[in-house]
Amino acid sequence: MDLFEHQAKELFADYGIPVPRGIVAHTVEEARAAAEQLTGRVVVKAQVKTGGRGKAGGVKVADDAADAVEKATAILGMDIKGHTVHKVLVEEASAIAEEYYFSFLLDRANRTFLAICSAAGGMEIEEVAHTSPEKVAKVPVSALTGVDRAKAREIAQAGGLPEAALDGAAEIIEKVWCVFVDEDATLVEVNPMILTQDGQVKALDGKVTLDDNATFRQADHAKFEDKSAEDPLEAAAKAKDLNYVKLDGNVGIIGNGAGLVMSTLDVVAYAGEAFPGKPKPANFLDIGGGASAEVMAAGLEIIISDPAVKSIFVNVFGGITACDAVANGIVSAFKLLEQRGEAVTRPLVVRLDGNNALLGRKILADAALSGVELVDTMDDAAKRAAELAAVGA
Amino acid sequence: MAIWLTENSRIIVQGMTGGEGTKHTRRMLASGARVVGGVNARKAGATHEGLPVFGTVKEAMEQTRADVSVVFVPPAFTKDAVKEAIDAEIPLCVVITEGVPVHDTTEFWAYAIAKGGKTRVIGPNCPGIASPGASNAGIIPADITTAGRIGLVSKSGTLTYQLMYELRDFGFSTAVGIGGDPVIGTTHIDALQAFQEDPATDAIVMIGEIGGDAEERAAAYIEEHVTKPVVAYVAGFTAPEGKTMGHAGAIVSGSAGTAQAKKEALEKVGVRVGKTPSETARLMREIMQSR
Repeated sequence: MDLFEHQAKELFADYGIPVPRGIVAHTVEEARAAAEQLTGRVVVKAQVKTGGRGKAGGVKVADDAADAVEKATAILGMDIKGHTVHKVLVEEASAIAEEYYFSFLLDRANRTFLAICSAAGGMEIEEVAHTSPEKVAKVPVSALTGVDRAKAREIAQAGGLPEAALDGAAEIIEKVWCVFVDEDATLVEVNPMILTQDGQVKALDGKVTLDDNATFRQADHAKFEDKSAEDPLEAAAKAKDLNYVKLDGNVGIIGNGAGLVMSTLDVVAYAGEAFPGKPKPANFLDIGGGASAEVMAAGLEIIISDPAVKSIFVNVFGGITACDAVANGIVSAFKLLEQRGEAVTRPLVVRLDGNNALLGRKILADAALSGVELVDTMDDAAKRAAELAAVGA
Repeated sequence: MAIWLTENSRIIVQGMTGGEGTKHTRRMLASGARVVGGVNARKAGATHEGLPVFGTVKEAMEQTRADVSVVFVPPAFTKDAVKEAIDAEIPLCVVITEGVPVHDTTEFWAYAIAKGGKTRVIGPNCPGIASPGASNAGIIPADITTAGRIGLVSKSGTLTYQLMYELRDFGFSTAVGIGGDPVIGTTHIDALQAFQEDPATDAIVMIGEIGGDAEERAAAYIEEHVTKPVVAYVAGFTAPEGKTMGHAGAIVSGSAGTAQAKKEALEKVGVRVGKTPSETARLMREIMQSR
């Protein structure tokens, strides 16, 4: 889960990392009140979970409350890389002397943690990393030994930070390490980390990604969830414990195993290229290994509640799951949904392979469900599902 | 022969007495794998599924001469279970558990290295390893195919099964599901190296997914070190762009992690990449038939 800047800074403050004073505003009026409370010059910052916000015009300095109103009016509702700005952070303006870059992250390739530090921080850091890699220090950090103040200082020095900033930076780096470990983060980025004109080091921005696998021991992370941004279908699926992602096509997809479902999306998209309107997958839905009747019904229910769906492709490879169980699941799901008055009215293409595939196919053939077609291979089934979506569109 | 898991492998199951552990211990036994015991500190001395339960991995190894451990314990306890296996210096530890926090995985990986790298860890969040006709450590269905001369390494479980099924008439020396988590104990490169050295493997299927740059690094390895034919499949061409934050990821890997980038990297070194799982199987079929 990615955090908003203001959430990251709230976390930073909890760990004693210096951040500018700031107030979140959802409306222009709230922005005015925030600016009045903070007094003086403020910065109005769009709260969106994407990078490149500054370059897109989502960060503006305001001289006073009236100016903050003007800036907030421009920023609220803005679209930044497909993210609508629903709130801004109004923050006291900092007198910046220098900008640095700092982050802790997971280094997948080397299977360790990495500290990245550079005296050339700010919006151009990617460009700097590309053109002058020697200005960007990458220091491996062992999960076993971690980061103490001495190591933190070593990282700041490696990044080329000036003497005047070393103590302040080392303190921040050590505390950011605590955030990284104690909160089960996979990324904590401070860009820029600034040296103010009066010699203080502060975190002027914060990006934090939390590990969703750690929620079992991070109960308070629930407070960071952004329910407003959730797609209603995704929220409904989540409530049913289904791994569902809404996409923008019209072929509903159900499969077992993340890799197979991802592959199904690709195969359907390729197949769709041959048909009018080029049908594409409407969703990602992984029903996992179990694939019981209940899970199948829950999955079908989500998919038929998506009005964009014109055809449905159920793609199952029976590994641990037996295909006869999956077939029975589909048959009971149809009955269950019919009883609830939500009968499946769109064509459904089923491909069953693997464990007990023949028995599964027989069960479906015998049930003779209206609109259900069995196709033997994944590629052919994808073609048929795309064709049906093109006809139904 | 096969890689890492043979008919002589003696398997213990950490978390054998739990639901998943019990179910898959039965399946492994039914497939003919030599499961010799289980580990559960709270049930030491008991018998489960006809097998002895030991208090520690070390004790289980002493009593049964086990050389493979399969881990089914819940995510909250996985780190300790794997570290225990590493302390006991078991040669192979296969971690099936899904949902392990990446800080825990990174820690047990660092621990394995610090302890001298005596334990090969596979996973977490993987289906395990199967050498058809010889042994099976994990949850890969044993009846999809038989022994043969294709080696397979995959990030995805169900795509492993799909390819094993499509190529079932040729059979496999070993299929390794390495898992798709950000940090894993055994990589594509480890498996490629082992298959290259394995006299019983003629050709290799490699299955990747979007994210990270493991496939790109595997491509570089193949160019340098692998002379056996490799065909590949990458899933996720049409997956929506993941939510990436900040600049850190791009700075580190220098790769977008997209399926297209992976495909191009592989094709550049002569690996044939299938557009679908079935096309990938056809490419491998051509290679095996021309031998």
